[in-house]
Amino acid sequence: MNSGTEHTVKAFDSDINELRGMVAEIGGRSEQAIAKAMRALENSDLDLAAEVVREDRLIDDLEKRIDELTFQTIALRAPMADDLRELIATFKISGVVERIGDYAKNIAKRVPLVTQTHRLRPISLLPSMSKIASELVRDSLDAFARRDAELAMEVNRRDQIVDDFYNSIFRAVITHMIENPKDIGEAAHLLFIAKNLERIGDHATNVAEMVYFAATGEPMPERTRGENPTTQLDDAINDEAD
Amino acid sequence: MTDSAKTGMTTESGTPKMTARNVDVFYGDKQAINNVSIDVNMDSVTAFIGPSGCGKSTFLRCMNRMNDTIPIARVTGEIKLEGEDIYSSKMDVVQLRARVGMVFQKPNPFPKSIYDNIAYGPRIHGLATGKEDLDEIVESSLQRAGLWGEVKDRLQDSGTALSGGQQQRLCIARAIAVDPEVILMDEPCSALDPIATAKIEELIHELRGKYAIVIVTHNMQQAARVSQKTAFFHLGTLVEYGETTDIFTNPREEKTRDYITGRYG
Repeated sequence: MNSGTEHTVKAFDSDINELRGMVAEIGGRSEQAIAKAMRALENSDLDLAAEVVREDRLIDDLEKRIDELTFQTIALRAPMADDLRELIATFKISGVVERIGDYAKNIAKRVPLVTQTHRLRPISLLPSMSKIASELVRDSLDAFARRDAELAMEVNRRDQIVDDFYNSIFRAVITHMIENPKDIGEAAHLLFIAKNLERIGDHATNVAEMVYFAATGEPMPERTRGENPTTQLDDAINDEAD
Repeated sequence: MTDSAKTGMTTESGTPKMTARNVDVFYGDKQAINNVSIDVNMDSVTAFIGPSGCGKSTFLRCMNRMNDTIPIARVTGEIKLEGEDIYSSKMDVVQLRARVGMVFQKPNPFPKSIYDNIAYGPRIHGLATGKEDLDEIVESSLQRAGLWGEVKDRLQDSGTALSGGQQQRLCIARAIAVDPEVILMDEPCSALDPIATAKIEELIHELRGKYAIVIVTHNMQQAARVSQKTAFFHLGTLVEYGETTDIFTNPREEKTRDYITGRYG
């Protein structure tokens, strides 16, 4: 992306800097939402869960402001080359990160529905999974801030770990359901939470792909791109259903 | 980037309409163009962009020997039109400028009627066999330049009485009337308002494929809108030449990037 050389028209730089600041903020807020939602789940903290749901509005507002300013900047400044790529990436990233916030909110909403935490063994894997998913979100946005195509590719490679976690949790939850039919309802919520984290990882890879494009002008090479959102296990289940 | 992309020579199949190889231009002791090689194709509009004084207009003027009119200008290297060296002593310069027409920054119609502005070229080049034939050339040239509807009832009015945009289209019609192969445009819209500019751009779009078109423009958005190939000049050298979409979305050279994103200077 750009070398840091200033534009002749300084107001253009201030628009771009404002956008970068807002992208950093929406990224930080989403990351925090994931962390809070998971802490609420582990501690059955309903107040904290409610706070995550409430604060999602801030993320939605930020997305709107980013989109408005991007749109305005494209219209008024007619950006070219790396500037254009960065603005297009910003526009798309804001939408993706807003979705990440929604997944965190969805996890928070399930907190009141998962009360028998001590009995649900598979829950023990979730904190590690969420830690990695959140790291992917953070690294993809750091890659954006630093125009770092290498880090973006690494995010996509690491998404596999999140997918592997999901597959393990899926198996563990199914086993638990078979052994404890009365927990099926709550266990299903756990499965959805794991699925939300898996989707968060995928969305981080979408951010990473946009970063790569903005930085290099090329689409990210296929082999490092994120796996299809449905994991292999889902594929197997879908195959059986056909 | 490949050497061919940098020098501006075409790599795809098909013979280019004009080719320039290792062109240097000097104004007295001062070198204005330094070793430029470029191909111009029939099927695309080629835009020359670059900051003031980068040599883009100077190079354009080499393509129909307009620099001959400047006593201290000296051109070396080779420029060919359909394989013929245009700087050869055998080349008839008047004929060359009919084959390679030019449209200037400021519309410059002759102080004659609209009809005579168009008819002048075909007359002196003996392209019309009679009055009817000439009438037809005048009409079809004005049609192609998108001006016929606006002037068909006032062909005897003076060309200078038209609006700036109409005058510029009249100049394009005048260039078309002698059935050129190449049309060179040097900042054709810089004296026009946005509506007249849009009409010229639409006209360029329609003329594409019928003539090889080269346009020099300061307006990068215009280059992006009208051309398929863009050449970026800087300090007398050709920095980058390629597909317009590539130049404006993902230029290879840092200098090109700085210029088109407004970081130049």
